Amino acid sequence: MHGLIFRTLEAFVSDTFGPSCWGRAVAVSGQPVTSFEAMLQYDKAHLPKLLHACAEVLDRPQSEILEDLGTYLITRQNHASVRRLLRFGGQTFSDLLHALDDLPDRTRMVVPGLELPQISVREPVPRRFTVQCTGDPHGFGHVLVGLLRAMADDYGTLALLAHLGDRDRAEVIDVTVVETAFADDRGFSLADAELVGKS
Amino acid sequence: MISACDLLLALRPMHVCISPTGHIRQAGKSFSKLVCVDPTGCRFLEVFEVMRPTRPSTMTNLRSLVGQVLRLRLRSEPKLILRGLVIDDQAHGVILDLSFGIAVVDAVQRFGLTAQDFAPSDLVMELLFLQEAKSSAMAASFSLNARLNGARLAAETAALTDGLTGLHNRRALDAALDQLGQSDTEYAVLQMDLDRFKQVNDSLGHAVGDEVLKRVAAIMRSHTRQEDLLIRSGGDEFIILCPGLTNRARLAELAASLISDISEPLPIAPHSITIGASIGVMVTRDTAPILPAEMVERADIALYAAKRKGRGRHLFWAPKMGTDLAVLDLSKAASQDQA
Repeated sequence: MHGLIFRTLEAFVSDTFGPSCWGRAVAVSGQPVTSFEAMLQYDKAHLPKLLHACAEVLDRPQSEILEDLGTYLITRQNHASVRRLLRFGGQTFSDLLHALDDLPDRTRMVVPGLELPQISVREPVPRRFTVQCTGDPHGFGHVLVGLLRAMADDYGTLALLAHLGDRDRAEVIDVTVVETAFADDRGFSLADAELVGKS
Repeated sequence: MISACDLLLALRPMHVCISPTGHIRQAGKSFSKLVCVDPTGCRFLEVFEVMRPTRPSTMTNLRSLVGQVLRLRLRSEPKLILRGLVIDDQAHGVILDLSFGIAVVDAVQRFGLTAQDFAPSDLVMELLFLQEAKSSAMAASFSLNARLNGARLAAETAALTDGLTGLHNRRALDAALDQLGQSDTEYAVLQMDLDRFKQVNDSLGHAVGDEVLKRVAAIMRSHTRQEDLLIRSGGDEFIILCPGLTNRARLAELAASLISDISEPLPIAPHSITIGASIGVMVTRDTAPILPAEMVERADIALYAAKRKGRGRHLFWAPKMGTDLAVLDLSKAASQDQA
């Protein structure tokens, strides 16, 4: 499994709860390594153990941790590139939702070996979206909820998001776009690209 | 049915229609960001400079390029190279369909272009996405490489260093000898053994013995030059490689001052310890070219000779000492038994 996944979890727990929390979680999970590298591969069996240990150490449900991790990816300044890359998905939050189908392929194109669940998006009723995530890593749906919530903010859109649990081995997310001009759009300019990677 | 001009405006944000007189009749919407004034009505060749395949100077020249791909630039933006296909408009004018090519990344920065400046079917957004994602991935990769390189350097240093004294070890000596063997550098080898060190170790313990070795290393550092290589080659055995130093008087002075300082009583509380040292010296000038390993062996032979002469002294290797260490080993064993 791609190191970026482990590295993201490590950065999130260390930045948010302190390096000692991460140290305890690693110890509880019985990992041979204490720090993960973003550009190396690791055994995928580590992930559920680590998540379980994080939930125990932080005394919070895994779903909550994963959701906050998704938000963290968008809102932390040193991850500005994730926000920018997602903004390539469309000019409105609804465009972005419709572009989610492409997300795993786009991700693979950028970081070969980083496998994400297949995502399918439907809009059965206008402004009412159903997002389904199929495949490993399980729990990605919660990350996506946090990530999309932060992106809705970014677009200045008021949206309600809920993880509905698993249905037919797929994680199901319900998204309702309530108001598209709820707050100011933080904006996205192609010409800001040179900031990326230097942040 | 939509007119050809409207179709172009809808589909191609970077097109130019040129009238039979050579004037720009219509330009795609993206040009408004590239040039300050509306180019419509201007002479095409005054706004653009065609660079390849030929440099047309008249409308007839330009029409002769129909069906070809041009490389051209705006005269106001000479750094930005565009490419474009020339199409016959069937009314004695031409249409140019332009694109930024790979220059699009710079163009986006320079002109603040947005997604609306490109045709929706254009893959340019994917290109920009990849360019940005690649930069992020490369940054992550570089940072990993930097960390790995730091770890590698630390490991290399550790692998070449004697942990106790901080001097170099045998592995470092072998590498240095390899290098010397491939160059014409003249150099000297000093082999040094401590006298009475074994007794100190046995009677006062290894902790005191270790402290003695550290003090000796410090004395060696204070007497040698930056470019000299100091090696702890065994328990109480040391080697000094001195590249470029072949002056016998200076080497004799170095050996003598090392022995003299090491022989001073070392205050290691609560003891005052007196040891000594013997040194054998070999200089490249003293022989026909031989292998560095043989240089070290001859310095060793000179060291044994110095010990046999009564320790606490240094000797330069001389032909009469011979070149075979094995012959001397027997007598060395005998002299150690007496010690």
